[in-house]
Amino acid sequence: MKHIEANNVNAYYGENHVLKDISLTMKANTVTAFIGPSGCGKSTFLRCLNRMNDYIDSFRKEGDIFIEGKDIYDKKVRVEELRQKVGMVFQKPNPFPKTIFENVAYGLKIQGIKSKSVLEEAVEKSLKQAALWNEVKDSLHKSALSLSGGQQQRVCIARALAVEPSTLLMDEPASALDPISTAKIEDLIAELKENYTIVIVTHNMQQAARVSDKTAFFYMGNLIEYDKTKELFTNPKHERTENYITGRFG
Amino acid sequence: MKNTGEKIIEGALAFSGLITILTTLGIIWVLVSESFSFFQVVSVTDFLTDTEWTPLFTQKHYGILPLLTGTFLTTAIAILTAMPIGIAIAVYLSEYAPKNFRKSLKPALEVLAAVPTVVYGFFALTVVTPFLQNIIPDLGSFNALSAGLVMGIMIIPMISSLSEDALHALPKSLREASYGMGATRFQTAFKVAVPAASSGIIVSIILAVARAIGETMIVAIAAGQQPILTLDPRDAVETITAYIVQVSLGDVPHGSLAYKTIFAAGITLFIFTFVLNNISFWIKKKYQEKYD
Ligand SMILES: Nc1ncnc2c1ncn2[C@@H]1O[C@H](COP(=O)(O)OP(=O)(O)OP(=O)(O)O)[C@@H](O)[C@H]1O
Ligand SMILES: [Mg+2]
Repeated sequence: MKHIEANNVNAYYGENHVLKDISLTMKANTVTAFIGPSGCGKSTFLRCLNRMNDYIDSFRKEGDIFIEGKDIYDKKVRVEELRQKVGMVFQKPNPFPKTIFENVAYGLKIQGIKSKSVLEEAVEKSLKQAALWNEVKDSLHKSALSLSGGQQQRVCIARALAVEPSTLLMDEPASALDPISTAKIEDLIAELKENYTIVIVTHNMQQAARVSDKTAFFYMGNLIEYDKTKELFTNPKHERTENYITGRFG
Repeated sequence: MKNTGEKIIEGALAFSGLITILTTLGIIWVLVSESFSFFQVVSVTDFLTDTEWTPLFTQKHYGILPLLTGTFLTTAIAILTAMPIGIAIAVYLSEYAPKNFRKSLKPALEVLAAVPTVVYGFFALTVVTPFLQNIIPDLGSFNALSAGLVMGIMIIPMISSLSEDALHALPKSLREASYGMGATRFQTAFKVAVPAASSGIIVSIILAVARAIGETMIVAIAAGQQPILTLDPRDAVETITAYIVQVSLGDVPHGSLAYKTIFAAGITLFIFTFVLNNISFWIKKKYQEKYD
């Protein structure tokens, strides 16, 4: 089943044409990796999927994006509702300067959920999913800023999971982390795939190869190649892709 | 080896620093020594508990309380006015306003702080009070309410400007986290940004309180000069600063006890503002480097 479908998406920051006619589809319960050199538009495309670029004045987009069959840029769509369905984890861990509990409960609270037992249950469930529960279960009311970088990033993942989105967008979620935390997050992605559709931007080829089902290679705003990960890494169809994944880039 | 030119410059800079410190020490010395001789005549207990302040009358009382309540009343009215408006402006500027608008509105607001306070005083006395008397018939022609309100308007830019700085200094990633969770602008502003910037906002309010406590002209002109123990904003009151002006401008002989009351009142004022400044300094230091 098609979960995400993009048709001829073009994006601009002012005059700068940064996404050129991107079309691709992603299936539900799969992990898709976006790879490509810096500045090629990976984050821009990712942020189109939950309309995070709406706040950038110079930003303009053409083309359509459907998630679960709905045109997410339709005038009738409430962007707040969209983002509850399409969660996001950022490159740098960005927990709120609140307690761990408050961080994870934030998404539910802003939806108006007040019941303590509901919140507690959701916080526990999300922290377990994010493989952090055992480390923080006795310090839920400590500031999230007191945690290590890797733990903070897992708080952010738990925070995103707590509202039970269908899709999780991850923009280089492990780039600021040490190898052990990175491995934890990669394991996590493999587990989360059962319930979520995941899109992950990464600069780490091995990571893309390890965690994703399909990989999209972007180059200067173009989608050069999009294929099963195994296929793309072992048998790239384009020279540029081959050069990039083998590190022969120029 | 430093050359001579550099040494001279260094010396001159150190000297200017020294002048400031010496002046401050001088002021403290005068305040302390004069109030010391005041407190040899009037006991500290009387000073703090007597409910009348009449050093210039035949029936003399030296209770600072009426001046304190006067100061408290006008300051409270000012802060209650300035705080909601100042924070609302700060939130609007940092979370809602387009960039260019923010750039022009902020300096425009700061002009409010550049109006001479004597102008505010007459504005309170001749415009605000008559206007309020239409709504509140038994409002005196000198009253704490208009003085406090106008003082509040004067300190709005202090709160809005410093609070806006604090909000603006928050990392963009914090707001993105909130928007990414499906929060509205309003939720992001009040559930994430304001709490995250709270130390800066609190500092701005404390500094505004200190400013209001020390403000002289507006209260001297519009609040009256009657040291009455009251918390009714419709009444005339006298603040510590207004009293000091009153005595300084009057013909009280130097060295008399009446003359020394201004130092006793002055040191009380000094202690308040000193403590407030220290609290704000402490908060700033404690919470400053939360976001590297
Ligand atoms: N907020 C913005 N305003 C203007 N231009 C932007 C903005 N964000 C990105 N761009 C530009 O859009 C292009 C694509 O940027 P994008 O962030 O999508 O690249 P990326 O592939 O994610 O790169 P990286 O791997 O470095 O994160 C770049 O040329 C960048 O300069
Ligand atoms: Mg990026």
